[in-house]
Amino acid sequence: MSTATQDPALAAAAATTQPRRRRTLPPMTPKLGVGLAITIVIVLFGTLGPLLVGSPSEVRNIGMTPPSSEFWLGTTQTGQDVFAQLAHATRGSLLIGLVVGVLTLLLSSFFGVVGAFAGGWTDEAFSLFTNVMLVIPGLPLVIVISSYVTQKSVWMVAIVLAITSWAGSARVLRGFTLSVRNRDYVLASRVSGESSWRILTVEILPNLVPLLASQVVFAVIFGILGEAGLSFLGLGATGSFTWGTMLYYAQNGLALRLGAWWWFVPPGLMLAVFGAALALINFAIDGIINPKLRDGTREQRKRWRMTKEQLRESEEEVQ
Amino acid sequence: MRFLWQKLGFYLVALWAALTLNFFLPRWMPGNPVDIMVSKLAQRGEVTPATRHAIELLLGMDSSVPIWQQYIDYLQQIFRGDLGVSVAYFPTPVVDVIGQTLPWTVALVGLSTLISFVIGVGLGMLAGWKRGSWIDNMVPSLTLLQSIPYFWLALVLLFLLGSVWQVFPLNGGYDIYTTSPGWTWDFVSSVVYYGTLPALTIVISSVGGWMLGMRNMMVSTLSEDYILTAEAKGLRPSRIRLTYAARNAVLPSVAGFAISLGFVVAGSVVTESVFSYPGIGSALLSSVNNADYALMQGIFLVVTISVLGANLLVDLLYTVIDPRTRARA
Amino acid sequence: MSETPSVPENLSGRGYRPIVLEIDSVSVDYLVAEPVHAVRKVSLTLHRGEVLGLAGESGCGKSTLAYAVTRLLKPPAAIVGGRVLFHSREGHAIDLGNLHGEDLRAFRWDKIAMVFQGAMNSLNPVIRIRDQLEDVFTTHRPDLDRRTRRRRSAELLERVGVDPDRLSSYPHELSGGMRQRVMIAMALALDPQVLLMDEPTTALDVVVQREILQELTRLREELGFAVVFITHDLPLLLEISDRIAVMREGRIVEIADARTLYTDPQHEYTKALLRSFPSLTGTRGDFIRTGAGAGPRENVEVAL
Repeated sequence: MSTATQDPALAAAAATTQPRRRRTLPPMTPKLGVGLAITIVIVLFGTLGPLLVGSPSEVRNIGMTPPSSEFWLGTTQTGQDVFAQLAHATRGSLLIGLVVGVLTLLLSSFFGVVGAFAGGWTDEAFSLFTNVMLVIPGLPLVIVISSYVTQKSVWMVAIVLAITSWAGSARVLRGFTLSVRNRDYVLASRVSGESSWRILTVEILPNLVPLLASQVVFAVIFGILGEAGLSFLGLGATGSFTWGTMLYYAQNGLALRLGAWWWFVPPGLMLAVFGAALALINFAIDGIINPKLRDGTREQRKRWRMTKEQLRESEEEVQ
Repeated sequence: MRFLWQKLGFYLVALWAALTLNFFLPRWMPGNPVDIMVSKLAQRGEVTPATRHAIELLLGMDSSVPIWQQYIDYLQQIFRGDLGVSVAYFPTPVVDVIGQTLPWTVALVGLSTLISFVIGVGLGMLAGWKRGSWIDNMVPSLTLLQSIPYFWLALVLLFLLGSVWQVFPLNGGYDIYTTSPGWTWDFVSSVVYYGTLPALTIVISSVGGWMLGMRNMMVSTLSEDYILTAEAKGLRPSRIRLTYAARNAVLPSVAGFAISLGFVVAGSVVTESVFSYPGIGSALLSSVNNADYALMQGIFLVVTISVLGANLLVDLLYTVIDPRTRARA
Repeated sequence: MSETPSVPENLSGRGYRPIVLEIDSVSVDYLVAEPVHAVRKVSLTLHRGEVLGLAGESGCGKSTLAYAVTRLLKPPAAIVGGRVLFHSREGHAIDLGNLHGEDLRAFRWDKIAMVFQGAMNSLNPVIRIRDQLEDVFTTHRPDLDRRTRRRRSAELLERVGVDPDRLSSYPHELSGGMRQRVMIAMALALDPQVLLMDEPTTALDVVVQREILQELTRLREELGFAVVFITHDLPLLLEISDRIAVMREGRIVEIADARTLYTDPQHEYTKALLRSFPSLTGTRGDFIRTGAGAGPRENVEVAL
C-alpha cells in the first residue's frame, strides 16, 4: 500500500527540488512500454470483447469441460462459456476501476488541492475531515454499507468504494500543493495580482499532473481490487459480471477442488496482470515526480561512459 | 506535550465520527435493518406489530423514540460496553463474540504485518543503498506481487500447499480434534502451524510495497548533505547506512505503517474467509450473512477503535524517532 | 587562459613553510555520453598553516576539485588524471590515489576534514549533536573511553563558542550559525592538518558570517591547520587568505598572494571578478553589464 508517491513527506521533499515546469510525459522505457501495451490490450478486450462473444449466462448441459476449440477457456459447472464471461467481466471490472478513479480524483483534488490552496480554516477543516476518513477502516465500512443495501448496481459499489478510499490521495496531494504554493514563482504571481483561479489552474495544477496521474492509477487498482474482494465475499453488485464475481462463482462451484483451473485462473490472472501493468506505468510516473529515483538505475548506468574499473573505484566507498 | 494533546484530540474527534457514522448508517440506508429482519421473518409466517416492535427494541431503533434520544442512549450503551446481543450466535452478547475472535485476528494479522514491514524495510534499505544490485533489480518484480489479489493468492497457495502437496492444513485456526485452547505447547504449536499459510499470504502480498517505499526513500536520503558529511567523516559504511541513511529514510514508512493498518484489517476479512480463520473477519462475514446488525455494528466499531488505537501508538512512536515533530507542534 | 600559470611555491609571503597538500595536474570528468571536463589539469600546493582561497563562479569546478581531493566524487564523476599527495607531519608522502577501503576511511577527517556548504543540512536531523560528534571519536579513536569522549566533545563546542549544553540538542534546535560552528568543531575533532571549507558561510547572514570567520582565524592561529577556503566571494577571500587561486571552467587561471592579486591582477577574468564587487571599485554592476561570466563563455575572449 505504500510506495513513494503514497507518502506526503516524500512528495513534498521531491517538490522542493523541482524546476518550475516539470516534464509531464515520462520517457519511454521498456517498463512503461510493457505496462502501456498490456493496459491497451486489456482495455480493448473489455470494450470489444463483449460484442464478439456469445451470451455469458447461457446454460448448457456440458458442465466443467476443459478448453476446446469451441469454448476457448472451457465451461463452468453449468456449461456457461468462460471466455464469454471473461470478456464481460473485464468490461465490468474496468468500468468499476474507471468510475472509482474519476470519483477519487474529484474528491481528493477537492479536499486536497483546494483545501491546501485556500489555506486557513478551510484547510484545517478539510485536513481534519481527510485525516478522520483516513483512519476509519474502509473495507469493513464498505461491507457494512453493502449489507444494508440488498440490491446494488455496479455504480453504487463504485461510489461506495470511492467514498471510502479518496482520503489517502487527498493527503498526498495536500502535502504537495502546500509545497508548490510556497514556491517563489507562485508567490510572485500572487504579489502581481493574478486571480486565485488563474494561479490554481495555470501555476499549480500543471505541477500536480504527474502526481494526480499516479494517484488515479492507484485509485483504479484499488477500485478493481476492492470490488473483486467484495464480490468474492458475495457482497458485490447484483447480477453483474466482474473478475470478482467470476471468482466468487468459481469458488462456490468448487472449481479449484475439481481441478477446473480454466475457470479459476483466468479472472485472477487478469486482475494480477492488469494491476501489474498499472504498477509499471506508475514506476515511470514516479520517476517524474522524484527524479532522484532515476539516478543510478540500470538505464542511466548504460549511458555512463565509465569502465568497470572506474565504476568500482568510485563506488568503493559508497557501499 | 501540546503535541500529545493535539494528537489525542484528533483521535477523540475521529472516534466520535466513527461512533456517529455507526449510529446513522443503518438509519440512512435504504434497506432498514428492521424491514430486512421483518421480511426475513415474514417468509416463515406472519409478523405481528408486536414482533416488529420487539425487533426495533432489539436493534435500538424504536420508532416511538425521537432520534436524538436514540443517539444519546446509543452513546451511553457503548460507554457501558454494551453492544447488544448477537443474533447469529444467540444469545451470546456481541462483546463476548468479539472478545473471542479479536485475539485471533490481532495475532495473525498484526504479526504478519509486522514481519512484512520488517522484511520489506530491511530489503528496501539494502536495495536503495546498493543501486543497481541484484536486490535492487528485484524491486519491480516484488512490487508486482502486490497487484495479485490477496484472496486469489490465498486460494492458489491453499490449493497448492494444502490440497496438492498437503504441507499445511486447509482451514481453521488450530487442530480442533487433538488440542484445546490453553497455554500448552500442543495448542500453541498447532496455532503457529495453522497460521503459517495465512500469514505467508499476507507477507507475500504486502512485502513489495514496503520494500519499494523504503528503497525510494533511501535513494532520496542518500543524496542529502549529511550523508556526504558522514562519508567525509570517515565513518564506517555500516554506520552510515543504518544511523545516517536508514534512520532518516524509515520515517515515512513508519507513518505509512499507521495508514496501512486500516487496509490490513480490510485484507484480513478476505483472508480469514478463505482460510475459515476464527478471527473477527469471519465473524463480520457471518454477521452479514445472518443479518446480525448488532454484531456487525459492534465489529465495525471495535475494528475502528483498534485501528485508531494502533494509529495513535504509531504516532507516539513517530514523535520518539523523529525529534522534529515535537518542535513543530 | 591557456595553461595553469606556474607560481613559485614560496610566494606565500610569510617565508618558507613545508608543503602539506600537493595537487598535481588533477583532472575530473563527468563520464556521461559526452564527457564533461569539470576539472582540467589543476595543480596547487598548500603549505602548512596557510589559508588558500579558491575563487570562481558556481559551476567552475571548485567544489568538484575539493571532492576529488577527498575522493568523495560520486559516479559518473571520476578522477581521470593526476595525483594528490599528502605530506604528513612525520614527513611521509601519502598518495591519496593509492588509499583504498579501510585506509581511505581512516585517513578522512583524521588528516583532512571538511566543512560543507549546506550549513542547514550537514547534520543528521534525527540524532543528537553529541552522538554526531562522538561518532568521529568512536570511529577514529576507538581506544578513548566514554568519559574522555564526552569531555572532548564538550571542549570542542566551547572552543568554537557554543555552550556545551547544546550537546544534547538536535540540529533543528540550533540556529544556522550555531550549526556551522558545530560543524567546525566536528571538523577540528581529530586535529586535522588540512581543513577544506566549501562555501562554509554562504547560507549565513553577514554578522554571523563575520563572527565565524573571526573564530576560524583565531583557531587556525592556535592550532596551525591549513585551510582551503572555497567561495565565489572574492572580497571575503582577499580578507582572510594568504594566497588566492582563481578558477574558471575547470582551470586555475591565476594564482597569487592575496595582496598581489588585489593590487595587480594579471588575468582578465580576475579583473572582471574584482570589478564586479561595488565596495571595492565603485563601478557598480560592471560584471553583470559586460556579461563576463554570466553570458556565453566566448564573451570574455572577445572582450580580451
